[in-house]
Amino acid sequence: MPANRTIRFAAIGVLAGAFSGLFGVGGGIVMVPLLIMLGFGERRATATSLSAIVVIAAAAAAIHGLYGNVRLGDAALLVVPAVAGVGIGVAVQQRIAERAVSLLFALLLLAVAVELIVP
Amino acid sequence: MDVVLAILLALFGGAVGGLLGVGGGILFVPALAIFLGNSQLEAEATSLLVIVPMAIVGTWRQVRHGNVDVREGMLIGMLSLPGVVVGVVVANALPQRALELGFAGLSLIVAVRLLKRGLAEPDPEPEGAAR
Repeated sequence: MPANRTIRFAAIGVLAGAFSGLFGVGGGIVMVPLLIMLGFGERRATATSLSAIVVIAAAAAAIHGLYGNVRLGDAALLVVPAVAGVGIGVAVQQRIAERAVSLLFALLLLAVAVELIVP
Repeated sequence: MDVVLAILLALFGGAVGGLLGVGGGILFVPALAIFLGNSQLEAEATSLLVIVPMAIVGTWRQVRHGNVDVREGMLIGMLSLPGVVVGVVVANALPQRALELGFAGLSLIVAVRLLKRGLAEPDPEPEGAAR
């Protein structure tokens, strides 16, 4: 049983890792739904995803760094609001349904996709 | 003004990350590419660096809420490494435009999924429904 679980974790991890390295995201978009399919509750799935992202993003950032792609000044600029935001997000998650945020997030993503597709 | 918008997107990206358990890169990447003049590849690489401290703080908060066994997350993270290497190498090999379109496609898929969820009936588990 633990071996079976490890194999499933490996499949989820490899998929999330490839997404992360390819698109510069954490891979949570892949991990959270798969962890829920494994039987994790939503809070546990999201929290486990975040902790896995620490390792995934660190490895991906390090390799991108070797290619010379990382802009440290811009990272420094965004890290403070990003960290402030995650504290807010986790606190809110303990209290509400995520429905309204999901909608706003979806609209923002649509705008981002349009911006990227239109040359 | 662009810097302010980038900071606001980062704040929102962090909040969404904490709320939905994702890295927030889906918003950090456009903040960097659209408002801070990064190429798509630079934006993706820099986004990953921003995600690390953000995910550490998010995990720490979730541990305090008792929602996570960090050993499970670390295990998934360690097992992900072959995928990470492949992803980064492929990202560096692909043309810029392919990365932009791929990221746009990813954004659209996530948006549609979230829209469906956001627009679903307020109670997805009707009373009396067999569970």
